[in-house]
Amino acid sequence: MKAMNKTLLAVAVAATTTLAGFAQAGPVSDDKVKIGVLADMGGVYADICGPGCVTAVEMAVEDFGGTVLGMPIEVVSADDQLKPDVGSAKVRQWVENEQVDAVGGLVSSAVVGAATKVLTDNKKIALISTAASNAFTTSACSPYNVHWTYNVAAMANGTVKPIVQSGKKKWFFITADYAFGHALEGVATEVIVENGGEVVGGVRAPLGTTDFSSYVLQAQASGADVVALANAGGDTVNALKTAAEFGLTQTADVAGLLVFTPNAQAMDPATAGGMTLTTGFYWDYDDATRAWSKRFKERHGAIPAMGHAGAYSMTMHYLKAIEAAGTDESDAVMAKMKEMKPDDFFARNATLRADGRMVHDMYYVQIKKADERRDADDIFKVIDVIPGDTAFAPMLPECNFVKS
Amino acid sequence: MATFLGINLFGLFGQLLVGLINGSFYALLSLGLAIIFGLLKIINFAQGAMYMLGAFAAWMALNYLGINYWLALILVPLAVGAAGILMERLLIRPIAKEDHLYSLLLTFGIALMLQGMFTHVFGSSGMAYAIPEALQGGIKLPFMYLPTYRAWIVVASILVCGATWWMIEKTRLGAYLRAGTENAQLMQAFGINVPLMVTLTFGFGVGLAGFAGVMAAPVYSVSPDMGSNLLIIVFAIVVIGGMGSIGGAILTGLGMGIVEGLTKYFYPEASSTVIFLVMVIVLLLKPAGLFGKEA
Repeated sequence: MKAMNKTLLAVAVAATTTLAGFAQAGPVSDDKVKIGVLADMGGVYADICGPGCVTAVEMAVEDFGGTVLGMPIEVVSADDQLKPDVGSAKVRQWVENEQVDAVGGLVSSAVVGAATKVLTDNKKIALISTAASNAFTTSACSPYNVHWTYNVAAMANGTVKPIVQSGKKKWFFITADYAFGHALEGVATEVIVENGGEVVGGVRAPLGTTDFSSYVLQAQASGADVVALANAGGDTVNALKTAAEFGLTQTADVAGLLVFTPNAQAMDPATAGGMTLTTGFYWDYDDATRAWSKRFKERHGAIPAMGHAGAYSMTMHYLKAIEAAGTDESDAVMAKMKEMKPDDFFARNATLRADGRMVHDMYYVQIKKADERRDADDIFKVIDVIPGDTAFAPMLPECNFVKS
Repeated sequence: MATFLGINLFGLFGQLLVGLINGSFYALLSLGLAIIFGLLKIINFAQGAMYMLGAFAAWMALNYLGINYWLALILVPLAVGAAGILMERLLIRPIAKEDHLYSLLLTFGIALMLQGMFTHVFGSSGMAYAIPEALQGGIKLPFMYLPTYRAWIVVASILVCGATWWMIEKTRLGAYLRAGTENAQLMQAFGINVPLMVTLTFGFGVGLAGFAGVMAAPVYSVSPDMGSNLLIIVFAIVVIGGMGSIGGAILTGLGMGIVEGLTKYFYPEASSTVIFLVMVIVLLLKPAGLFGKEA
């Protein structure tokens, strides 16, 4: 019986691969374009991408008209549960058995690292909207990676540089003790030292730490001018809350190196008001961002975080590239995506570099105090627009896939 | 600055005090669990979710009903306790005779459902809850700045823990309770309504989690996963303290707060694991826990 099952399986596998082979003969493989959205749907990062990224991708597909080259566009989604093994297994199933052409969403850097490997092996495109690590276009770069919204380098350049240049030279780090936190601390330290500042101390707090009072005391004792929070989500919110409680915010600046709109909304304006940070998108920037964000909020129930707007913009660009290339074959589409200039409410003065890094205007913003806010969605004041070239690190020669 | 063996003493005092503050919070949390787990022998994995429920109830009371912190401190534990009583009567009671694993799985499922529901409604980023006005600000000590609210946590925790310990260990009601869990049939023969007592005790233990939730709301992010992060630590504290020992849970809570605080100072990377290391050592040397009676 077991042997027979195996035989059946082999026949089935052979049949699918042959069929897939035939189908790829046309301009659009298997007569449709299928986009998967992989994200943490119910965990700590659900608000910064999650179901909202699915909505954003669906909006892009609808706005594009629902078809490309006369073939329907389909969107599927899955929960990676923040686990690299779960995420990469899902992506493998999608690209190997379910004819998925590109995967969007992509949040936790650990999951994205595993997922992009599977995608590259299968020559399918990774549309990375929310992950922070800069590895996807540096040490782990791939001709099939597209990294759209932001990365740790842009955050560090955007937030750290103006503060060091304003004369606040002594820095202390409260860092999330895993790959993302280390990466963020690393690039921020480079920016501090390059601009004549110094790092006087730091602690590595485990992910999901509830009580930061011990770390805040250490930061206070270090005599630092600025305490940088190289963490994300609930960790940032808790650390900032404690910093305010222990009076740290009165003696030093607290800089959140990665703060998403939902996290900023979760902070008490009395403690967070006045803090500066960098973001790839703010819904209330101008008429174009407001118009899109209004539509998004009607469907999703909350204002978009930068990853949501990025997911929409990136999906649009991907679909336009398919149309221009006349096929959904990954190499041709990637070439078109890099050739065409992304230009919409999100991507301003933008180019998609040969290494897959989308370079665009970033925003240096300040969290509004309670008396400056119209309503719960009115959280940032845009202080400065940071040109993409200043925000993002230059391309590594070995990641220039177009040249090679 | 005063130093000893190269250690900044002021810094160390600060860490010890912060450890004590966290310890009193752990004591408060482990107390409810120690009562349910230690006396009733129910492994309540929903205790963390009840703590989360307490914090959210305080937030909802303030934002929807205008009920302030002080009133919430009384009303929310009652409401959460009532939810606990319903849970015990409707769900846990029918499987009380089965293996402990059943109640563990049941309460774990309830915890996941509650957490999922709150994530669905409120999102995962959490809500802001301000410190009540009377407790804002702080006191400048020679070695650190002590926020008033943290001092209040210590005071409230000592009061509640002390009162609970006294009630269970020193009063007639407590004696009935301890006897009832030891030998239910005998107590029933004496005319004590043991099932009712179990229900009320469960409600009380869950209510304590609700109380801790209200206490936590102003200082920690009110978010759906706030309970699941703490639950395992609190279970470890109850195990280290010894099953069935109320005083043991309180003292271990305080002690583990200090141990964790010192770890955060000397080697922060290990701060999330040090309590489990202590648990392993204690279980190897004294399987019944530090204050537990040998089984």
